[in-house]
Amino acid sequence: MTQPGTEAQPLRVAIIGAGPAGYYAADHLLRQEGVVVEVDMIDRLPTPYGLVRAGVAPDHQKIKSVTAAFDKVAAHRRFRFYGGVDFGTHIALSDVERHYHQVLYSTGAQTDRRMGIPGEDLAGSHPATEFVAWYNGHPDYRDLQFDLTQERAAVVGVGNVAIDVARILCRSPEELASTDIADHALEALQKSRIKEVYLLGRRGPAQAAFTNPEIKEVGELADADVTALPDEVELDPLSQADVERNQDRATLKKVELLREYATRKPLGRSKKLVIRFLVSPVELCGNEAGQVVAMRLVRNRLEATAAGTLQAKPTDQFETLPVGLVFRSVGYRGVALPGVPFQESWGVIFNANGRVLDPDTKQPIVGLYAAGWIKRGPSGVIGTNKPDAAQTVACMMEDLAAGRILQPEEPDPSAAERLIRSRQPRCVSYQDWLKLNEIEVSRGRAAGRPRVKFTRVNDMLAALGR
Amino acid sequence: MNIASLLASKGNKVITIQPEQTVRQAVVLLVEHNIGAVVVVDRTRQPVGILSERDIVRAAARNERVFTEPVAVLMTRNVILGLPQDDLASVGNTMTERRIRHLPVVEGGKLVGIVSIGDIVKAQRDQYLGEVETLQTQLLSEGP
Repeated sequence: MTQPGTEAQPLRVAIIGAGPAGYYAADHLLRQEGVVVEVDMIDRLPTPYGLVRAGVAPDHQKIKSVTAAFDKVAAHRRFRFYGGVDFGTHIALSDVERHYHQVLYSTGAQTDRRMGIPGEDLAGSHPATEFVAWYNGHPDYRDLQFDLTQERAAVVGVGNVAIDVARILCRSPEELASTDIADHALEALQKSRIKEVYLLGRRGPAQAAFTNPEIKEVGELADADVTALPDEVELDPLSQADVERNQDRATLKKVELLREYATRKPLGRSKKLVIRFLVSPVELCGNEAGQVVAMRLVRNRLEATAAGTLQAKPTDQFETLPVGLVFRSVGYRGVALPGVPFQESWGVIFNANGRVLDPDTKQPIVGLYAAGWIKRGPSGVIGTNKPDAAQTVACMMEDLAAGRILQPEEPDPSAAERLIRSRQPRCVSYQDWLKLNEIEVSRGRAAGRPRVKFTRVNDMLAALGR
Repeated sequence: MNIASLLASKGNKVITIQPEQTVRQAVVLLVEHNIGAVVVVDRTRQPVGILSERDIVRAAARNERVFTEPVAVLMTRNVILGLPQDDLASVGNTMTERRIRHLPVVEGGKLVGIVSIGDIVKAQRDQYLGEVETLQTQLLSEGP
C-alpha cells in the first residue's frame, strides 16, 4: 500500500472540536507542502468557533474578528464541517478509525475548577464559566437562572474570565444593548439590581492575570464607579523587588492604573466595582433557605517559593463580605473523552507534544493527537493555539512519514459523510452555518447590534428549514 | 501561565537514578533519552539530588575513573525544586539567574515532572507568538 497524502489518496484527518485549536490545526494541515490532507471537523454544537463564540465577552467584538481567519480555513475545498455531532454519542472512536488516518482532539476545557471551601454549593454560588456561557447564548446553558435581584456580587479570581464577568455585571443596559449578548441575558441584566461587584484576587496586583487594557476598560464604564483599597494596590517588598529586577513596565503601569482607581472620588453612578487583592474566600455563609448571604475572607500575604514565585499564604486576619451572588473563576478544566487516556492531575488528555500516550506504556497511541486546552490546559490567548497546533501537526507529519498511522478500512470521504449523516441526520454543514450566520447578522443589523444569536438548537434547525 | 501547563503536554516522564548507581549508568540514561540531567531519588522516589552532564564533564576533567563512582559523589544535593503552580516567568528568572538548566517539579513531596531551560524558552516563545498572532488579527480586522 502506498503512503497516503497524495491527490489520489489524501491523508484523512478528523478534528473533534471546532474551537481555535481545531481551526489552527486544520490550517496547518491544509497548508502542508507536498502532502494532500482532507480535514473533517466535527463539533457537538451546530455553530463553530468554540469559546470565540461562547466565551469571548459580547462587548469584545474585535477579539471575535479572528473568525474571519477561521472561515478562510473552512472555505478550503478539502475541509468539511459537521456541526451538532457529539463524539461519544453519535460517533465513537471505532467509527473514526474506520474512516480516518489520524484523529485530533481539540475539545478545550469544558468545566471549571472548584474553590474547595464550605458553602460552595449554596444557591447563588456559580461557576463563572456557566454565567459566561449563559450570557453568550450557549444552548446548553441558556436556561440557567442567576438571581440578579441581589445587590452585591463577588467574583473570585482576577483572570480574564473574572474581569469579563465583573464588567458585564457593571455594564449599563444601554452598553449591553449594542453587543451580541444573548437576548435572554440582555433582558435579565436590564432588570438586574446589582449595585456592588467585588473582584477578589488572592495575590497582589503584580501577580494578577488580567492585562492592562482589561483593567483600563473597567475604569471607563458608563455607569459604574471603580475603586480599590489604597493599601492593597501598593506593591509589597517582594513584588517590588521582582518588578525592579525585571524592569517590568507593564506591572508598573498596572499599579499606576489601580492606584488612580484607589484615589478616585465616587461619581454617584448606579453601580460600583471594587477590586480587592490579597484576599481568599474561606467559606460561603448561607441563610435557612440555603441561599448565600456572605463570604468569609482571609487576608493573605505573599511568600516566595523555592523557584521564586510569590504565593499567597493566609494570615490570621479575617473579614466578612455580605454578598448574595458568587461567581468562582479560579480556572477552567478539561473533561475526559470516552476511550481517550486522561491525566487527572492536569485535567488534560495524556499526551507528549500532542501525541496521545498510553498511560501504562507511556508510548504514543497510533493515530491519536490533541491540541489546545485539552492538550496543555487552560492558558494563553486565542493565538497561543497556533504554535500549539503547529507542534501537534509537526508530530502528525513525522508519524505519517514513518508510516505510524491508522489503517482505515474505508478512507473515503463519501463513506464518512454517509456514516455521520446516518448517525446524526440533523447535522449541520459549513454552508448551513454560513446561512445561520447571515440570519443572525441581519437580525442584529435591524437592532444596531453585531448579531442576534440563536440560542436553541431547534431554532437553528428551524431557521434552516428542518 | 504556570509550570503545570508546561508539564501537561510533556507526558510526565522523569528519568531518575538512585544515589548508589554508577555515573556510567547515569551517562547511559542521558544518551538513551537524549537529556541533560537525571533526577536522583531515594527508594521512596523523593528527590535527593540532580546529576547533570556538566557535573560529569567537570569531574571527568580531573578524574579518569569517574564512571565507576556512585552518583551520590557527583550529584548536586541542594536541588531547587519547583511546584506545579509556580509561574513560568519567575521560574525562568530563577533558572537564568542561578544558572540552573533543570528544575525537578514536586507536588506534595512527590516528583511529578521536570522542566528544562529549553522548555521555558519554548513556552515563552509560544506565549509571545500567540500574543502577536492575536494582536495582528485584531489590528487587521475591519470590525468596530
